[in-house]
Amino acid sequence: MIRQFGLSEALAIFSGVQATILLSLIAFVGGGVVGLAVALMRTSERTWLQRCAGFYIDFFQGTPLLMQLFLVFYGLPVLGYKVNPWIAVAIGFTLHASAFLGEIWRGSIQAVPRGQTEAAYALGLSYVTRMRNVVLPQAMRISIAPTVGFMVQLIKGTSLAAIIGFVELSRSAQIIASATYKPLLAYGCAGIVYFVLCFPLSRLSMRLEKRFAVKT
Amino acid sequence: MTYQFDFSALLPYWEQLLRGCWLTIVLSGASISAGLVIGILAALAKQSRFAAARIAAGTYVEIIRNTPFLVQVFFIFFGLPTLGISFQPWSAAILALSLNCGAFSAEVIRGGIDAIARGQYEAGTALGLKPLQIFRHIILKPALRIIFPALSGQFVLTLLTTSIVSSISAEELTSIAQSIDTLTFRSFEIYIVATVLYLTMSFGFATLFKLIDRLYFSYPVK
Repeated sequence: MIRQFGLSEALAIFSGVQATILLSLIAFVGGGVVGLAVALMRTSERTWLQRCAGFYIDFFQGTPLLMQLFLVFYGLPVLGYKVNPWIAVAIGFTLHASAFLGEIWRGSIQAVPRGQTEAAYALGLSYVTRMRNVVLPQAMRISIAPTVGFMVQLIKGTSLAAIIGFVELSRSAQIIASATYKPLLAYGCAGIVYFVLCFPLSRLSMRLEKRFAVKT
Repeated sequence: MTYQFDFSALLPYWEQLLRGCWLTIVLSGASISAGLVIGILAALAKQSRFAAARIAAGTYVEIIRNTPFLVQVFFIFFGLPTLGISFQPWSAAILALSLNCGAFSAEVIRGGIDAIARGQYEAGTALGLKPLQIFRHIILKPALRIIFPALSGQFVLTLLTTSIVSSISAEELTSIAQSIDTLTFRSFEIYIVATVLYLTMSFGFATLFKLIDRLYFSYPVK
């Protein structure tokens, strides 16, 4: 028997938003930590570190996110790790986010005027002090707008977890769509929820971009 | 690690995989072409004198940019038929990809149009050029030159996005890989191969576009 599309169905779709937000946050935080390492490697003075980070970034930017998820999802068990879907998708999105954030932050680090690094050298500051107190704080200002922009991409990207069966916003819309046979409503609802999540972030990113563009 | 990799199980399917690459390229090419037309229209509409056109174009761009492509595909392929508008998987895929690509390239194109100074038109008229000549030589080319890198990036992005249409069983590289997976049970191997193929395609096109950029759009700025 076909279920009616009512308030409880709309709420069922909406409940998927928790997993979407949580997954996005995990990927953002995990990706941020790894991504900082990637960005520092990419801007390091050692050529081999630069190359490794460059290859890492190119791989993730040159392959579909869906393939990356498939590789983690089917690869982990092959390598001998039996993990639940949560851990698999969390690893997949963390790796994905780390490459993109790494590339964004590489650009921001390199956008800090060269004189700043030279001044730090002249003062005899160590690498850690130079990065922590001179370069990164300035790079952070530059990176805020594109980083927020990437968060939008990441939230939208988490919808692909639905394809490997992970239940989040898109998957719960899929479930309700097949139970009620009201796909237009179900996917419309999911779309609205995504829009409500992403639109403010997009606007924020645009506004930040304008603000920093005027000042520099 | 006890797993034995077996890529040889995939050998009989190499022709299908190549076909998958070709279909992916055709899908991307068709979608970006239609997407560019939509993008140009949306960019022009955004600058229109009529508020209705501006609002419509703005709404379109924002909706597409702020919702996942997967939901857009599902909405078109599963949702629209309940209104009596139904598509074959491939047409739905091209429609969804074009709409997606159009929204993203609209912003890029607007940037290109904005970047051409008003003085360019006037300089062209002062030199006695005909309107078409002005458009071709001192509007279109500089504008294309500015937006070309961003547009070629958009092409590669579209190429990678096509993998998502496998979820409505439109035939391309990912869906072919999935069907080989169900025949051979060598999931990890087939997706490694598919990933390498995508990587090759995206790098191939990125290099090609860089070459075109150097050949056609390199002339001194100042």
